[in-house]
Amino acid sequence: MKDQQLQDKVVGDRMNRVDGRLKVTGAAKYSAEYELPGLVHGALVGSTIAKGRITSLDTKAAERAPGVLAVITHLNSPKVPGFAAKSNPDEPPAIGQPLRVFHDEKVYFNDQPIALVVANTLEQARYAARLVKAQYAADEHRTDFEANKQRGFLPTQAKRNPKSAQNDYDRGQKNGYQTAPVKLEAEYVHTSEMHNPMELQSIIAHWEAPDRLTVYDKVQAVKGTQRAFAKDWGLPEENVKVIATFVGGAFGNGLHNWPHETAAIIAAKKLNRPVKLVLTREQMFTMVGYRPYTWQRIGMGATKDGKLVGITHESVGQTSSYEEFTESTLQQTRMMYTSPNVSTRYRILGLDISTPIWMRGPGEATGAFALESAMDEMAHLLNLDPMEFRLRNYTDVDPDNNKPWSTKFLKECYQLGAERIGWNKRQMKPGSLRDGDWFVGYGMGVGTFGANRGTAKARAVLQADGTVVLQSATTDIGPGTGTVMVQIAADALGMPPEKIRFELGNSTFPTAPSQGGSATVNTVGSAVLEACTALKGKLQQLGGAAFASAKPEDLTLAGGQLSLASNAGTKVSLADLRKQNNGQDIDVTVEAKPGNERQKYSMYSFSVHFAEVRVHAMTGEVRVSKMVSCADAGTIVNHKTAGSQMIGGAVGGIGMALTEGAVMDHRFGRYVTKDLADYHVPVHADAPAIEVAFVDKPDFIVDPLGTKGIGEIAIIGVAPAIANAIFNATGKRIRELPITPDKLMA
Amino acid sequence: MNQFQYLRPTKQQAAIEALARTPNAQFIAGGTNLLDLMKRGVLEPPRLIDINRLPLGKIERDNGRLRIGALALNGAVAEDKQVLERQPLLAQALNAGASAQLRNMATVGGNMLQRTRCSYFYDTAMPCNKREPGSGCGALEGYNRMHAIFGFSDKCIAVHPSDMSVALVALDATVLISGPKGDRRLPFADLHRLPGDTPQKDTNLEPGELITAVEIPDGPFTKNVHYLKVRERASYAFALVSVAAALSLDGNTIKDARLAMGGVAHKPWRLAEAEKSLIGKPATEATFRQAADIAMQGAKAFKHNSYKLRMAPNSIIQALKNAASVA
Ligand SMILES: Cc1cc2nc3c(=O)[nH]c(=O)nc-3n(C[C@H](O)[C@H](O)[C@H](O)COP(=O)(O)OP(=O)(O)OC[C@H]3O[C@@H](n4cnc5c(N)ncnc54)[C@H](O)[C@@H]3O)c2cc1C
Repeated sequence: MKDQQLQDKVVGDRMNRVDGRLKVTGAAKYSAEYELPGLVHGALVGSTIAKGRITSLDTKAAERAPGVLAVITHLNSPKVPGFAAKSNPDEPPAIGQPLRVFHDEKVYFNDQPIALVVANTLEQARYAARLVKAQYAADEHRTDFEANKQRGFLPTQAKRNPKSAQNDYDRGQKNGYQTAPVKLEAEYVHTSEMHNPMELQSIIAHWEAPDRLTVYDKVQAVKGTQRAFAKDWGLPEENVKVIATFVGGAFGNGLHNWPHETAAIIAAKKLNRPVKLVLTREQMFTMVGYRPYTWQRIGMGATKDGKLVGITHESVGQTSSYEEFTESTLQQTRMMYTSPNVSTRYRILGLDISTPIWMRGPGEATGAFALESAMDEMAHLLNLDPMEFRLRNYTDVDPDNNKPWSTKFLKECYQLGAERIGWNKRQMKPGSLRDGDWFVGYGMGVGTFGANRGTAKARAVLQADGTVVLQSATTDIGPGTGTVMVQIAADALGMPPEKIRFELGNSTFPTAPSQGGSATVNTVGSAVLEACTALKGKLQQLGGAAFASAKPEDLTLAGGQLSLASNAGTKVSLADLRKQNNGQDIDVTVEAKPGNERQKYSMYSFSVHFAEVRVHAMTGEVRVSKMVSCADAGTIVNHKTAGSQMIGGAVGGIGMALTEGAVMDHRFGRYVTKDLADYHVPVHADAPAIEVAFVDKPDFIVDPLGTKGIGEIAIIGVAPAIANAIFNATGKRIRELPITPDKLMA
Repeated sequence: MNQFQYLRPTKQQAAIEALARTPNAQFIAGGTNLLDLMKRGVLEPPRLIDINRLPLGKIERDNGRLRIGALALNGAVAEDKQVLERQPLLAQALNAGASAQLRNMATVGGNMLQRTRCSYFYDTAMPCNKREPGSGCGALEGYNRMHAIFGFSDKCIAVHPSDMSVALVALDATVLISGPKGDRRLPFADLHRLPGDTPQKDTNLEPGELITAVEIPDGPFTKNVHYLKVRERASYAFALVSVAAALSLDGNTIKDARLAMGGVAHKPWRLAEAEKSLIGKPATEATFRQAADIAMQGAKAFKHNSYKLRMAPNSIIQALKNAASVA
């Protein structure tokens, strides 16, 4: 970084990741990479039926195999105290009971863990796992969503809580769209999308004492995980330590604790040795959640001049038979457009499958596929430009609750994006643009996600060498959390970023929520800001009379002394400050929380995605040739990492739109596409030039940094932008994701 | 994966004998297919005979033929000057397969002997006659989007996944084989077989036989060739349908033609009748369409792969157009 810039603010810079070097050189340690003395390896055996009971388990051959130390099943597993109690069925993310691994003989889904083989080496464990043979009494299973869709039910949490957003909702007249002169009704399907971050789910469980557990675990919530395991094992929270210093991508699958984690803890208990368990890629499809298969129906009505009269949006999403997973699929429909009549109906469908979990842009990305496709379909019916149609229904207050937006710069996003994609090249008539053998089309899709802020603590310590260490028990699943926290602190302290370190991913640090819901910078960033302010306040105190009346922004920490920017003569050395502090590090911890702003304002981030696609006239292949994603996400703390978030979201959206979808053979209730050769995530060649533009205007209502959140809006709206572009290219409207060539050839 | 014995002979004869001595032993070349199958428990060979020390990696031209050693790497073959000059269709087909990393490990022998990608074959908890004869064909009534439209039986509807093999069958290649009973030559078109009642047998190789090389006769197909591969992502995916097309043109008249399809049958699918229909005709879309119609005679689809009945002929037309550079 240039000295010149140091004079200015660091927030907003394209600062390189503070941990970039560690990551690219392999020095960053992920959860499976800790070397503990006596560490042994586990391999899980999965059931081969979808529902029923295990009637017998033959583990003899596995036990006799070389290197095997134990084969743990429901027959010999140490009891998990928390499993017996009917505990806290109301805890998020689900109502019900998370799968109690090795608790009894029941099978709830295919490939459910039924045994854990522990051996000296990974190869020995994996080999022996193949030797475990189970006999079952199978019950008839129900896994086929389409065949059972009519069994969808209102989630229990909505039944219990009349204020839950998942309840039936009618604004204006119920199904008011039906009264409009121009109407459309359409059904949309979204196939299950599986969590496949680069890093496989992994854990090392280590009982350091009979009542002290340490886990190196790939999670998004170190505190939440600490609480969950403490409860399971009847321990005080401080006896459970959770380490997740680096996480190799998570996208939501680390927001729940999964059976394999407890399996490893059970094994470590039984063997009294640290146990490492890394899922196989195939197990990622059944053991750690996924974006649920969702069916949606939209009824939309408008006047001939393009004013929405009504929208009815229904959805049914998959869940398991033992937990109710819910997400906010229908929220965007309630608040995005001025429509006097809006009805929403949210249902879930319990099947004999594993529990789904949030995946980036959870619910909203699924809902936006239906809503934003329908907006495009309606614009086509009205013979209106789809952007013009959206502008005619733009709203300056939240129509859901009539509150003003904290900020909303979506129009600016439309404009930026339209210019950059070359929206004026789009033809109203589908199929009119061609480039050799390829049809060319343009599409857009809008995304939104709540600008959430939670409560978090942060600690700031000024050390003897003049550097500051910050700590908070958040995680960094890839967005660059550590980097932006350093930037925020650098500005708050008036210090160069090189002198600041931010530590995370450790449950012994001050409490912070999970990394999820695009809220980390809003929540933890605010805590860091307040901790730095508090640290300065403390220094000011320790500095005595000379500093007493100084403004905080006038205080500078550099070269081992505290001085006044306005008067360099006023200074005190760090050594003296420490003396005043009884020779201790100067150490503050603060808690930062939102106020009552949510009662007065409606707070959202917004995005709009533009896609240019090419569809081969003869083969039905689709290639996205250009994308532009624009976001109103408040203050952009780091344009480089924020830009990477947007690009990553766009690529994820390409996968959602074109390639990703897990297929199950319902005769067996087993997935048939369950590795990365069969389940296609986009490769480099599928990712075109992706341009990102931010409005970059602060929203100080959401938080004192002015940030609103980026992670989710990066993907919400991408899939419909691509689906709409395909329609514009070909005149074919595909309402079932992913849009593979076979669907375009049909 | 199971425990296995590992041998790395330096002599061809020793390799062949080592294989013959142990039932279910396997040669291992690049290992890019075999190791995956072992990790998934599909194959559990008690012995692996690593053939990488055998001197079978050469690419040479001799007597009007290009001879490519069985251990030549896919990546190296695709970049070889003589291959590019004499058999550019083969280079295109190789480059359409897998990824650069895999092509740098995978060998020519291993590529042609790679096993099907049928999901039922890969999952030991599902039925598959190819993996476990008599257990049934999971795909027949199951998820068969990737499956065959030609030459299948009620025992097996899997397809052969190799791209390279589609070019080799079109180019009249010959496989050179060495086995316990001596050396022999086999037309490439006869290497792979249709499933019939014994889908567990992919090829007509005898137990213990080693592929040592493949030979391609020089031909006129040095310019107007195209390998078209249709897939749902731009790279690193097996073909939904692929077409190898080679034309020899005199002005706009087709003097000779080669045509084969991948992703449609248990073996690389040569389209001899369609080729014949092209000869002597002008290189026009109408000619190509007629050839495609002939090629598709007898095609039959299952529940999830009927799209291939349109995608395949379209792909033939497109590949021929690209080969002829007809806009
Ligand atoms: C993710 C992925 C994607 C892929 N995509 C494609 C694709 O798009 N198109 C494509 O064509 N291929 C694709 N492949 C397959 C790849 O081409 C094959 O795995 C590779 O060519 C096999 O060569 P190998 O040398 O590694 O064979 P190995 O794995 O070593 O061997 C394969 C089989 O051949 C036998 N064998 C090997 N050499 C000989 C010999 N000389 N004589 C007798 N038997 C022998 C072995 O015993 C074994 O049974 C893909 C593979 C992967 C993993």
